[in-house]
Amino acid sequence: MSLLTIDRNPIGLSLPRFQLSHARWLSPVLLLLLWELGSRTGVIPPRILAAPSTVLVTLWEMTVSGELPRNLVVSLARASAGLAIGLIVGTTLALVSGLSRIGETAVDPLMQIKRTIPSLALTPLFIVWFGIGETPKITLIAVGTTFPIYLNLFSGVRGVDARLIEAARSFGLKGLDLIVHVILPGALPSFLVGLRYAMGVALLVLVVAEQINAQAGLGYLINNARDFMRTDVIVVCLIVYAALGLTADQIVRTLETRALAWRPSFIKS
Amino acid sequence: MSHPLQVALPVAAQPAVRVRNFTRRFGQTTVLHDLDLDIGRGEFVALLGRSGSGKTTLLRTLAGLDPADGQAVTTPAAKAIVFQDPRLLPWKKVWRNVALGLSGPGVRDRAEAALGEVQLGHRLDAWPATLSGGEAQRVALARALVREPGLLLLDEPFAALDALTRIRMHGLVLALWRTHNPAVLLVTHDVDEAITLADRVLVLDEGRIAAEERIDLPRPRDPDAAFHAIRTRLLGHLGVEAPARRPAPTEGALVAFPSGEMVA
Repeated sequence: MSLLTIDRNPIGLSLPRFQLSHARWLSPVLLLLLWELGSRTGVIPPRILAAPSTVLVTLWEMTVSGELPRNLVVSLARASAGLAIGLIVGTTLALVSGLSRIGETAVDPLMQIKRTIPSLALTPLFIVWFGIGETPKITLIAVGTTFPIYLNLFSGVRGVDARLIEAARSFGLKGLDLIVHVILPGALPSFLVGLRYAMGVALLVLVVAEQINAQAGLGYLINNARDFMRTDVIVVCLIVYAALGLTADQIVRTLETRALAWRPSFIKS
Repeated sequence: MSHPLQVALPVAAQPAVRVRNFTRRFGQTTVLHDLDLDIGRGEFVALLGRSGSGKTTLLRTLAGLDPADGQAVTTPAAKAIVFQDPRLLPWKKVWRNVALGLSGPGVRDRAEAALGEVQLGHRLDAWPATLSGGEAQRVALARALVREPGLLLLDEPFAALDALTRIRMHGLVLALWRTHNPAVLLVTHDVDEAITLADRVLVLDEGRIAAEERIDLPRPRDPDAAFHAIRTRLLGHLGVEAPARRPAPTEGALVAFPSGEMVA
């Protein structure tokens, strides 16, 4: 097998492949240049889409004036609060359901019913119930993030190798010890998959929830910018959303390398 | 002055394991049938049998993993199992796996000492995923012995190892058995392994002890004529024709030894 692999990658071919991977930057940069060129020549009017250079300047101005950081903090607080509630509720329900048959019978059907309703479809109902303040926004995020946490942790708990549980039992572990030392660490990889997914959902729901009559936050900035046709501000907010998504992903990656250091894939790297 | 034999008798009368008229059914199938078994303190017993003969069921019952259903099964309080696969918790470092379920002061020292006994004192803080198959099984052995069991249950612990590692493990198990002197029940389907290690070999067939062979050969045991005579008898009990031409002793040591079931 190893011989075959070497044959497929003769040294002569590795150089062009190296350059090709660098060329992946080429098309996005080319697109940016075309965009800038289109804006400068007037092909793309600013009311349709602001030039990349204008967006950069706006980003700088909004940062310096404190407008962007202030609203970013508001949005982050919303997302974190919703995610925290979703985490607590999802984890609790998954443990109740995963660790006991009675719990599964009681909890799982409700969660499966909830799964069939897209969280965002609850928006009108939440506005009727909670008005247009912070509550419906945070509740929407909490509801949306509960399910990925629940589903992944539940399957993680149920998926722990029965042979390991049996071995631990034979060495006298039971009850809480068994849960803490065997079941929870065994379910951790699945939980982290759920967490990563939940962070993505939190961001997605945040974008929609912030369109509900927000007085502050990134959604408020976008709504305002739309009214004044400030496409540069809209694009700045989109960039910030993207950065938030990347950051969330990086946080989970860091958590994984720390918490799953025992995994063969992490040991090798 | 009393006769030495009379002094020895009361001790022998209190075996580590005592099973009487034990029957175990799964649905319509009777796996163990009216079984009697005694294992003396510090005695090394090997249990041979074909697949489905009930040997793993018997081991699991003695381990307390399967319920005895109120039948007459007496075992020591301290028991430990080494499974066919090491079953180490991958998220705990090697010494924590050994210390699993232990409490009180000096747990790490105890784990360290046990790992030293299996020549793994240098891998205390390694992740189980980085161990070789033989190393992982040695950790499992240390995890069992650190509990100072009165009964050590070995469920085909060498079956997944390569032939050379297996020979080394045989020596290690014998050395540890001499040091700690637990009663041992080794479940295996390797006739040569059973004869090499045990004081007594039992053949389990259709839920009954079909044959018993006491091995009085001095250890370490070479596959000599006496060894082969026992081997032929045991294979006969297992329903296997012994090979017509016996392999030469040196050949037998390398070929027949690690894979008795293949040669048979």
